[in-house]
Amino acid sequence: MDWLTTVDHKKIAILYLLAGGLFFGIGGIEAVLIRLQLIKPMNDFVSAQTFNELITMHGTTMIFLGVMPVIFALMNAVIPLQIGARDVAFPFLNSLGFWTFLFGGLLLNLSWIMGGAPDAGWTAYTPLSSTTYSPNHGVDFYTVGLQIAGLGTLIGGINFLATIITMRAPGMSFMRMPMFTWTSFITSAMILFAFPAVTVGLVLLSFDRILGANFFEVAGGGSPVLWQHIFWIFGHPEVYILILPAFGVISEVIPTFSRKRLFGYSSMVFATILIAFLGFMVWAHHMFTTGLGPVANALFSIATMLIAVPTGIKIFNWLFTMWGGQIRFTSPNLFAIGFIPTFVMGGVTGVMLASAPADYQFHDTYFVVAHFHYVIVGALVSGLLSGLHYWWPKMFGRMLNETLGKLSFWFFIIGFHMTFFVQHFLGLMGMQRRVFTYLPNQQFDTLNLVSTIGAILMGTGVLIFLINAFVTAAKPKGVADDPWEDGRTLEWTIPSPPPEYNFKQIPLVRGIDALWKEKMAGNKSMTPAEPLGPIHMPSPTILPFVMSVGIFIAGLGFMFSKEQFSNSFMSFIFNNWIVVIIGLVITFGSMLLRSLYDDHGWHIEVEELEEEGVKA
Amino acid sequence: MSSSHAQTNGALPHEPEKATLEGRNKVLAFWLFLGGEAVLFGTLFATFLALRNQTNEGPTANELFQLPMTAAMTLILLVSSLTSVFAVQAMHRHKVAALRVWLMVTVLLGLCFLGGEIYEFYEYVHAEKFGMTTSAFSSAFYTLVGFHGAHVAFGVLWISILIGQLYKKNLTVVTAPKVYVSAMYWHFIDVVWVFIFTVVYLLGKVG
Repeated sequence: MDWLTTVDHKKIAILYLLAGGLFFGIGGIEAVLIRLQLIKPMNDFVSAQTFNELITMHGTTMIFLGVMPVIFALMNAVIPLQIGARDVAFPFLNSLGFWTFLFGGLLLNLSWIMGGAPDAGWTAYTPLSSTTYSPNHGVDFYTVGLQIAGLGTLIGGINFLATIITMRAPGMSFMRMPMFTWTSFITSAMILFAFPAVTVGLVLLSFDRILGANFFEVAGGGSPVLWQHIFWIFGHPEVYILILPAFGVISEVIPTFSRKRLFGYSSMVFATILIAFLGFMVWAHHMFTTGLGPVANALFSIATMLIAVPTGIKIFNWLFTMWGGQIRFTSPNLFAIGFIPTFVMGGVTGVMLASAPADYQFHDTYFVVAHFHYVIVGALVSGLLSGLHYWWPKMFGRMLNETLGKLSFWFFIIGFHMTFFVQHFLGLMGMQRRVFTYLPNQQFDTLNLVSTIGAILMGTGVLIFLINAFVTAAKPKGVADDPWEDGRTLEWTIPSPPPEYNFKQIPLVRGIDALWKEKMAGNKSMTPAEPLGPIHMPSPTILPFVMSVGIFIAGLGFMFSKEQFSNSFMSFIFNNWIVVIIGLVITFGSMLLRSLYDDHGWHIEVEELEEEGVKA
Repeated sequence: MSSSHAQTNGALPHEPEKATLEGRNKVLAFWLFLGGEAVLFGTLFATFLALRNQTNEGPTANELFQLPMTAAMTLILLVSSLTSVFAVQAMHRHKVAALRVWLMVTVLLGLCFLGGEIYEFYEYVHAEKFGMTTSAFSSAFYTLVGFHGAHVAFGVLWISILIGQLYKKNLTVVTAPKVYVSAMYWHFIDVVWVFIFTVVYLLGKVG
């Protein structure tokens, strides 16, 4: 119950991590099933329809429900601590964002047991995703589930933006903000401007499917290319939404374990902003073969290649940070160092794909699959694992086992490159993506076998991480405030795990890497910026959970509003929109309750704070 | 009333919506939210522009639209924006009664606008056989204009609840940001309507 009502950002971070872990596991199982199907030619392990469902759900789950919440977990766990804040700007909204995300994800995954998962690919291209070609409810689960989950993401993004703008500790100017906070800030801004586009896209698609609208129906005057534009004007920024926080993690981990300041801090900040800006300008490079014409293709081609410049700046800054540093190869740092070459490889194939004429060759082959997995798995998941190993002691008060951490790194990185490096060649040799099997003796056989073995090794690496987490959970809590001993930022100045109120006194920030600055000045702790006083805390509440349940019910009702059930009562309540209305009444009722009954929260008094200080 | 009187004249600052960190956060986050809303409507406008000539042998924009009617609706909505400005000004002078009256006028004008829109849609569907499924143009029209209408309806509900809240709790540093933010919202849907009037109706008539 405590967990259902919590508004504490640190607990919400753990909830995000658990939910993200669950969906990541589901997406991972789907990935392994895909690779098992492709282990040999003409395999009949799964049917073509199941294969379509697997690739659709694998992509959708991993991007929206797997990595996104883990990013949000890190952001929730770390940002308020790094900027010296007691909480996020809107604790209530923070909790609401989590629950809508979770119920959206659950709705999407219900499709497996309620008559067929979405099968039109994670991009849900029309007309494949129209009722003509995808007649079961799969794509409805996709549109409605993602809509609800996206709502949660948008709420989270706005919350982080407001938190970072208004709640930084005294002295922490924007140009003194830790890099992870910076990249999360830019990511949140991108969420704000990218997600409404997909919201509209999903609305249009569900109107087409459920209300019989004609947005993408050629027969009614609609345009399938319109879907591609709307999808990618969201979808391209989305990949930067995913990767920028990973850049932030790497920019924290590498300086810490090199015992050096991040090289070129301000260029890192501006490179991040530039990447975000260009990320919005390049969506049509996903559509070179759609037939937009040479002018559009050329412009989008050049814009896409430009992104390599700020990205290159980042890569060199990380290398220069390590240059001459006292590098410690701890498990978070191994993942961070492994990140760099992997990401460079993904970036290089990105420039290759950005060349429109070459893309006509690469399009829809395994080369593309290899490229985006290098970026999203090799780089992003490495970044997240690095961040998890790095901040685990802060989040849970227990150190992860270093041996298991290193073991999991080696399994992961070797398995990853085995899986996806060979796919470049498969693609160049002409193996298409999205097909459920292939003929023997096209030179695809051995490479596919290697790829599948790699996938199993990579899965083992992730399993070792899980085992590590379980083994660690059995240990007693209470590692030091600064367990890596070279912590540079504010989160390492408070106990692990932090108390509810984070900072007994808000610290005074005197430079970039606030804690490091004090260490160099010979001080043991931060100078407080305020006298010790009572701390105001928000009260826990069940309303965000109830609101999300309401949206979930309304979503199901909307999806099945045209369904003929064998049970006449079911038909009656669904076909007359009664279920939708019940759901909306629950949600709006909770909103009304929230607005009518002001909640002033509670205070932690000074005596209590001092007592806890003595205990620690 | 005496305690609330003291509160409105003595303790409240000139701009009560920005008196607390919560209030400032709310206003800031609402600006951000409106940024997202702008993208949302931008996408809907783009969809409409892409599909506005795809009438699938159904009614065209030129045949459907009656400019006098929409011009009157535009006027009503623009005036309601003005009255919400009066409401915020009354709030800055700490005149709770005037604040409530101006909010009620705003809600009333919003309801008039909604009535006009419902009448318009009803006419199109029944007299002109122009429904959601008629053509790509009709789908885009109902989605864009309907989304705006839903925003107006939400605003009407929201401000109505705020009026009730002002009766119950009076003007405080907690209620003031809510009033201010709802006025921002109201201006935003008003601006969106100006675009709809231009892009959908004027362009449909002459473009």
